[in-house]
Amino acid sequence: MFETFEHKADIGVRGKGNTLESAFEECAKAMISVIIDIDSIEPRKSHVIKLKSSDESNLLISFLNELLFLKDTKKMIYSKFRVKIEESAFENNLKEFTLKATCFGEKIDLKKHDFLVDVKAATYSQLRVVQEDKIFVAQCIVDV
Amino acid sequence: MKIRKIKKDIYSLEKEERMNISPKIFANQEIINTLKRDELKNQNNSLNQLKNLSSLPGLKGVVALADIHPGYGAPIGSATASDLREGVITFASTGFDINCGIHSLVLPITAKELNKKKKEFAESLFKDIPAGVGVGGKLRIDSTQMDELLKGGAEYVVKRGYGKKKDLNFLEEKGRIKKIDVTSVSLKAKERARDQIGTLGSGNHYCEIQEIEKIYDLKSAKKFGLIQGGTFVSIHCGSRAIGHQIGSDYLPILDSAVKKYGININNRDLVCAPFNSEEGQKYFSAIKAGTNAAFANRQVIGVLVKRSFEKVFGLSESEVKTFYDVGHNTAKIETHKFEGKKRKVLVQRKGSTRGFGPNNLAIPKNYRVVGQPVIVGGSMGTNSFILRGTKEAMNETFGSTIHGAGRSMSRSEAISKINGEDLLKKLFEKGIVIKAHSTKGLAEEAPLAYKNIIDVVNTMDLTNISKKVAKLKPIICIKG
Repeated sequence: MFETFEHKADIGVRGKGNTLESAFEECAKAMISVIIDIDSIEPRKSHVIKLKSSDESNLLISFLNELLFLKDTKKMIYSKFRVKIEESAFENNLKEFTLKATCFGEKIDLKKHDFLVDVKAATYSQLRVVQEDKIFVAQCIVDV
Repeated sequence: MKIRKIKKDIYSLEKEERMNISPKIFANQEIINTLKRDELKNQNNSLNQLKNLSSLPGLKGVVALADIHPGYGAPIGSATASDLREGVITFASTGFDINCGIHSLVLPITAKELNKKKKEFAESLFKDIPAGVGVGGKLRIDSTQMDELLKGGAEYVVKRGYGKKKDLNFLEEKGRIKKIDVTSVSLKAKERARDQIGTLGSGNHYCEIQEIEKIYDLKSAKKFGLIQGGTFVSIHCGSRAIGHQIGSDYLPILDSAVKKYGININNRDLVCAPFNSEEGQKYFSAIKAGTNAAFANRQVIGVLVKRSFEKVFGLSESEVKTFYDVGHNTAKIETHKFEGKKRKVLVQRKGSTRGFGPNNLAIPKNYRVVGQPVIVGGSMGTNSFILRGTKEAMNETFGSTIHGAGRSMSRSEAISKINGEDLLKKLFEKGIVIKAHSTKGLAEEAPLAYKNIIDVVNTMDLTNISKKVAKLKPIICIKG
């Protein structure tokens, strides 16, 4: 499930799921729902995002920011996601997380889509990627 | 946390734990009470952020202004001055919306004359100024041109036919910060900005046509060329997506820098790098490039307003005067006095306007004797103000002052309490024409969601940090 939460100047976005991947998927939906009525987006086209990061929380931020990048450059907005995350371990306790996300959505159509407010970026503020009682939570504040 | 009263409307947050400096707060009793209440209620409160910010190394000064409210990491309505050798450049003190600010114009007609064609002008502006989510501008910039734009700022768009050279005299830094390494900005950031120069954006960004309702200080108003009953234009926006992408690109770089240089930060929101490090210098250069993009963006929108005005009122666009342009999310090297000694420092202002006192060479010649104009944007449907910078600001706040009213209600609270359509109707009854790309988004920016701007402005006036010159009343508001 996804939800937004209170912040004085900006908005918090949160995704919860049985897996880390589904928490990421839901968090992305939460962010998209801040920008637009998410139900108005049809999954007409798909796009694959591949990202790497040294920790899960930076991976979440990169994933969300990549969706904003695609909105501004390709004018594409996505509403459904299939995320895969892989963890590799190296020497000296170094880790690397790889994300592959297939995103489904369509080109922005101002006649069809009802926009609420633009999101500038995902931030480190209240950034949490954790597992609580078997439920994975992925959240942060987005700057609007 | 302990707040000590220094004198009327000036307080200090007492040093504790890891704080390196005791920040001054310019606020009235009511604002202080709200800050204290908020401290008990929310973890993410302004005082806690101010405390964390004051724990960074190499600080020469930290101030909070009357419009203070929680941001991420640094409170909005705050400014820091950092030593160039010992200090850091902090992400949260400039933020994603690099050089967000206000560009302003004086129209050559009275409010009475403007009111006769109010609706027509509003329609025309709404059509001519690209705004809202996913909307691009007419000015397309290829990758070579993008580097020129980042180096040239407003000067670059003037060369491309947007405005006159003389306009540049009335922009902070003359619309261009020099010495930029364009490789500090990623190709992604440049790509994201390609069709965004000359667009308003969304959220709290707006273009407002205002009546100069009241003059407080005749002498300064005369120098500024403002008369009661005249008309004024405020364009509030920033560097758009290039600033957002620069921020997104540098967050992980600064995150690593904190570990690399072993900087003690109380909160991940405060990621930073030593100013005098490779990461710090690169980030500073990227901020400067973003700053120039914002100057260029606002200059283009200013010209679009001038052209729209010419179309509707039949007066030449050259009769519209560029009044001033000043940012409120910035990072700059400035010279200020600390402990009696002049020194160069890195000044970062987050939701804080530069407000230099009289006779400073950075101020346009025509305005110099009275001080720098400070444009304080109201919330939708409320007054805005023009203030002037003072000698006291130079001594007390390293030339920093307020930028707006400051939020008092969260966005979701505003949406649950306020209906966008009702709000439009109410404002229309007050004679204000609002044209918005999203009525749902409108409720978030309702006047009720903000502090009372008059209290905020009066606090700065009373403490002599910025003096009131004129009060503006909205006539037309174009929202993203």
